[in-house]
Amino acid sequence: MMTTDASTIGTAHNQEVELPDTVGIQTLGFWIYLMSDLIIFSTLFATFAVLGRNYAGGPTGKELFELPYLLVETLFLLFSSVTYGLAMLAVHDGKKKWVLIGLAVTFLLGLGFVSMEINEFHRMIAAGHGPDRSAFLSSFFTLVGTHGTHVTFGLIWMAVVIGQVAVKGLTSPVQSRLMRLSMFWHFLDIIWIGIFSIVYLMGVA
Amino acid sequence: MSQAPMDSSGVSRGSLKTYLTGFVLSLILTAIPFALVMSGTLPCSAALAAIFSAGIVQILVHLHYFLHLDTSSAARWNLLAMMFTLLILALFVGGTLWIMYNLNYRMM
Repeated sequence: MMTTDASTIGTAHNQEVELPDTVGIQTLGFWIYLMSDLIIFSTLFATFAVLGRNYAGGPTGKELFELPYLLVETLFLLFSSVTYGLAMLAVHDGKKKWVLIGLAVTFLLGLGFVSMEINEFHRMIAAGHGPDRSAFLSSFFTLVGTHGTHVTFGLIWMAVVIGQVAVKGLTSPVQSRLMRLSMFWHFLDIIWIGIFSIVYLMGVA
Repeated sequence: MSQAPMDSSGVSRGSLKTYLTGFVLSLILTAIPFALVMSGTLPCSAALAAIFSAGIVQILVHLHYFLHLDTSSAARWNLLAMMFTLLILALFVGGTLWIMYNLNYRMM
């Protein structure tokens, strides 16, 4: 079975027949996807850098952003990155129970982050400071909303993989998916560093 | 399933120590810019420079301790792909800012 050619790559239902370097190829491919995602975020950051001070008489970042709230949000995402890392350590040790606990904690922290962000957006829009108010708010909602959407899809993906770990156990395809989700999750945390630095902190400073 | 494919993919496994080191460094690098802005002691330009540098360093910390990206041969392709992406990113962001500020200056 190990001599099968590249056509086995990407067939999800092969449990143990993958080529030895399939995981490596998939990981590199996913990394290249992440880099293309980085390009998307870089264009949104460039847009924000150009439009971020055009308030059109509307509220400025200084009036809108609450830094203590933002700090809690940031810590949620940072903690979730670490708990995911700890879950990956448990994957390598083959401790299924700890993998599930680690992923569940990561999921809850991520859910807390998304909930706080939705709450923040809701408050801003309810107060009339929606994306239609000024160029600053349009670019703000596009950039932060794109990141939030990514985190939301990461959560859906995580729920699916938690189910797979629980049902299938730590088989090599499941391990490979866990590895790619870990890259996705750490990547989103890195994007968030850019957002809280450039959008929020520089907006208030 | 051996660990070798994971390692050759450039995303080698970390250890408890690397994750905790990265976590503590990230906490410090998050706390510094927040404290600076919340206390409001620094003048604006100095605060911007501090936020920017802390952000860059924290991104490097995350890449090293969480994504395990380094200059080893295992991570070479990942690193190469990222360097190329950073070049494109610099062109996009730098070029956009250059053109738009220039336009703004000439329209004044």
